[in-house]
Amino acid sequence: MKITVAGEKKEVENGLTVAKLIEQENVETPQYVTVSINEEFIESGTFDTHVLNEGDEVEFLYFMGGGR
Amino acid sequence: MGFSDEQLERYSRHIILKEIGVKGQKKLLNGSVLIIGAGGLGAPAALYLAAAGVGTIGIVDADVVDLSNLQRQVIHTTNDIGKRKVDSAAETMRQINPDITVNTYYDFVGSANILDLIKDYDFIIDGTDNFPAKFLINDACVMAKKPLSHAGIIRFKGQLTTIIPGEGPCYRCIFKEPPPKDAVPTCKQAGVIGAMGGVIGSLQAMEAIKYLTGTGELLTGYLLTYDALKMEFHKIKLPPRGKGCAVCSDTPTITELIDYEQPACELKNH
Repeated sequence: MKITVAGEKKEVENGLTVAKLIEQENVETPQYVTVSINEEFIESGTFDTHVLNEGDEVEFLYFMGGGR
Repeated sequence: MGFSDEQLERYSRHIILKEIGVKGQKKLLNGSVLIIGAGGLGAPAALYLAAAGVGTIGIVDADVVDLSNLQRQVIHTTNDIGKRKVDSAAETMRQINPDITVNTYYDFVGSANILDLIKDYDFIIDGTDNFPAKFLINDACVMAKKPLSHAGIIRFKGQLTTIIPGEGPCYRCIFKEPPPKDAVPTCKQAGVIGAMGGVIGSLQAMEAIKYLTGTGELLTGYLLTYDALKMEFHKIKLPPRGKGCAVCSDTPTITELIDYEQPACELKNH
């Protein structure tokens, strides 16, 4: 199925979970990433069980602490 | 208030813009911005806001200029090493534009002083380098209904959003609480390309100028990310405000400011 990750269209296997996608995308510090799907944040406790659907638009939002 | 000949000349490139004009320039001169952190983000923001003629600019920082700051904190020079950053920044800003008033606050932000610091300013710029400060500033701005430009930079990446309390989502809508100490790399551990502060800090100044003049569309409701290595900007649409947010929902569970543990990065000379 096709999904969009950070604005980029991708072909992924059917039934892919958010946790698996995080692994495939090599997300840095995955335990602290915020995930939005179709402009809704999903609870971090549900990454393992949340199955992605065709056409989903996924965004990863990262902590960025620097500034000085 | 009319403009002097010198002001007409100084701000001529603004005044000629139909979106700014004489009216917008007056709004800038009557406007005020508080910049928290006179470093990588705060330095370029302060330079552009001073040059733009923002009438009152406050700058908060408890640090002194260190040699390792000069790779990115372009408001300070080699001669400023050892000076308080707020003094060094104010000096440069006044040299750029004697028209403006610069207020300096040589202090850390904490729950005890943040509301007092932000109360007299129209717009707040978060140029701090640690999560306790970023959460504190967000919560205080939500509680005091102050517009805020939040930003973060690390390595070759940067991001920012504009928070208009009551209108769009806040920082805590995205991130519920600070990560544990040292769980996420900070400035000193991971490094940052100097020009990143220039890119993101200038965007923060741009948001402040747009807010003060009522020009264009703000970054409210979006997180703009920049990846310098891929040379990509990406605008992430955020969910609407307050859905379950502990601080900006209509039924907040956080109603008092929190002083989270200060990370190592906050220590002197880091």
